[in-house]
Amino acid sequence: MKIVVLVKEVPDTWGDRRLNLETGLLERGAGELVLDEIGERAIEVALTYAEANSGSEVVVLAMGPASVPTNLRKGLAMGADRAIHILDDALIGADTTLTATTLAAALSHEGFDLVIAGNVSTDGGGAVIPSMVAELLDVPAATGLSTVAITATDVTGRRDTEVGSYTVKAALPAVVSITEALPDARFPSFKGIMAAKKKPLDTLTLADLAATSGASGEDAHSIVISLAERPARAAGVTIVDEGDAGTQLAEFLAKNQLI
Amino acid sequence: MTDSSAPILVLVEVSPAGTVLPSAAGLLGAAAGIGTPVALVVAPAAVSAAAAERAAELGAARVLVADRPAGSPLLAPVVDALAAAAASVSPDAVLISSSSEGRDIAARFAVRSGAALAVDVVSVSRDEEGPVAHHSVYGGAYLVDSAATSGTLVATVRQGAIEARAAAQTPSIEQLDVTPSGKRDVEVVDYQATVTASDRPELRGAKTVVSGGRGVGSAENFALVEQLADALGAAVGASRAAVDAGYVPASYQVGQTGVTVSPRLYIAVGISGAIQHRAGMQTAKTIVAINKDADAPIFEIADFGVVGDLFTVVPQLIDAISAKKD
Ligand SMILES: Cc1cc2nc3c(=O)[nH]c(=O)nc-3n(C[C@H](O)[C@H](O)[C@H](O)COP(=O)(O)OP(=O)(O)OC[C@H]3O[C@@H](n4cnc5c(N)ncnc54)[C@H](O)[C@@H]3O)c2cc1C
Ligand SMILES: Cc1cc2nc3c(=O)[nH]c(=O)nc-3n(C[C@H](O)[C@H](O)[C@H](O)COP(=O)(O)OP(=O)(O)OC[C@H]3O[C@@H](n4cnc5c(N)ncnc54)[C@H](O)[C@@H]3O)c2cc1C
Repeated sequence: MKIVVLVKEVPDTWGDRRLNLETGLLERGAGELVLDEIGERAIEVALTYAEANSGSEVVVLAMGPASVPTNLRKGLAMGADRAIHILDDALIGADTTLTATTLAAALSHEGFDLVIAGNVSTDGGGAVIPSMVAELLDVPAATGLSTVAITATDVTGRRDTEVGSYTVKAALPAVVSITEALPDARFPSFKGIMAAKKKPLDTLTLADLAATSGASGEDAHSIVISLAERPARAAGVTIVDEGDAGTQLAEFLAKNQLI
Repeated sequence: MTDSSAPILVLVEVSPAGTVLPSAAGLLGAAAGIGTPVALVVAPAAVSAAAAERAAELGAARVLVADRPAGSPLLAPVVDALAAAAASVSPDAVLISSSSEGRDIAARFAVRSGAALAVDVVSVSRDEEGPVAHHSVYGGAYLVDSAATSGTLVATVRQGAIEARAAAQTPSIEQLDVTPSGKRDVEVVDYQATVTASDRPELRGAKTVVSGGRGVGSAENFALVEQLADALGAAVGASRAAVDAGYVPASYQVGQTGVTVSPRLYIAVGISGAIQHRAGMQTAKTIVAINKDADAPIFEIADFGVVGDLFTVVPQLIDAISAKKD
């Protein structure tokens, strides 16, 4: 079984996340760039399967700027076998459709039985890349899974939605996306970190994939046309409870017509 | 100039039982603001007529109906119907709920039709060049406007974000011809409808939200958060730590990887206010926090903070609210 895990490099949610007011692009350097937590959980799902099934291969794949390899090494240190980085200046500021087209091109180039992605990133937050990739590759997409059972021929899982809880099943090859209900990722061991240094990490450009950025203008794209920063919130009053805080709070709510 | 009576296609989500989901009202309201709302209803034949009438009541000038037979693959019939509807209507924009299903359908439809996709949109407007999508990103720290370089704008719209409502229309319902694409899809092995036990408001779009965190301590204690919510007619939310600890289901989670809310009043009970929690609630008009730790970061954004034990403050608050209401 060959499993490709899609991981995205994002600004750390713990840090300062800024957009450049001129370009609309992420201000890299404002905070640390990390593997999105959900991507690490996706790697965990793949490794758990691979450990129990010999002959499996786990490849981590990311499209992003020159900082990405450091983060892909983390996936290798956790236990993935290989990493692929798609790096091309024509992809700066890529929208969801260009990202998906590029990832799909890399996936057909690489080949796979199963693709595991996160359900939603913490920066773009579209929750659309997995289904877009599946549409482009004409494979089923079982998205938003909070349980995953992989066999040699299919993948099954629970998909909770606004209306109910589905159990869905997809024949391989397929794309799945997982939720944070699945376990936290393991920490790379010292041995894993050492081993990761020798594992293959390939860099591919659009030319290598025989793909294009769509810059010829044939495809429609989503572009930012204006951007503004919202002023930060200021703290109001804080009282220490001396036996009547509940009553005082009710007064505050009443005074502000909130009851 | 763009035509402000141009058709705007709205995918109306219908549950397997035939209920039109609450997102439809906002989607049709948003569509009416930038053009003429045309609804697409894809539902089992037995329930589609009622759902189509409901769509008209919510403001659809035309309703296109397609079948979603029981036992069909998960989403293929809806994506195929949307492609057929867009081809027949040539809309300026396609508005889809940013729900579990909506996002998957929008994703497949956007790449299938070569259209640009705006994600997690909080409102839409129109300029000289066409529809514009408005986003609130990084926890509301930035307001971003986006547009399509050409063609139809497809947008997933944040649930509960749109307050505009369209005027009811006389139903004009047409059956849509759909050619199946044959695209591979997943099979539904089992489905259990969610049973909503209470008549509390939905978290998304609620005017008042009361959320509990790890400080609440247990699933049993969470009843206290619910009592406060009921005293205020509020929806109930939670932090990720409370979800992880099993106090409440994941659908209650407010924050970065949960629901984003922007209510008139948000009350955080036993929540520290980690940056990822704040990302989902800091655009609330008024924020109240109850926490026993005076250094908890939630106080940095609270309009009214109480440093105290939630197990004494909250019961007193509930009593005081009831007294004021009498
Ligand atoms: C604040 C902000 C708003 C944006 N709004 C829009 C918009 O409205 N429309 C638009 O077209 N684009 C938008 N973008 C750009 C968009 O985020 C990127 O195209 C991004 O690469 C993919 O979208 P996502 O982050 O929404 O991914 P999601 O669909 O949320 O990601 C789900 C999963 O897909 C995989 N994945 C996603 N990106 C990559 C990657 N680069 N490499 C490997 N795996 C990946 C991961 O497994 C991830 O967990 C926005 C970006 C930002 C920062
Ligand atoms: C990628 C990522 C995404 C995340 N997404 C989310 C998200 O969507 N939503 C979210 O909430 N978190 C999210 N988190 C987790 C977040 O970082 C915090 O861990 C979480 O919000 C903590 O929840 P909490 O405030 O309930 O718990 P804690 O931080 O443990 O706080 C509990 C609070 O309760 C107080 N307390 C205890 N007992 C009492 C008492 N008797 N009376 C009064 N106060 C009391 C304590 O003083 C403390 O401040 C995310 C993290 C990451 C890395």
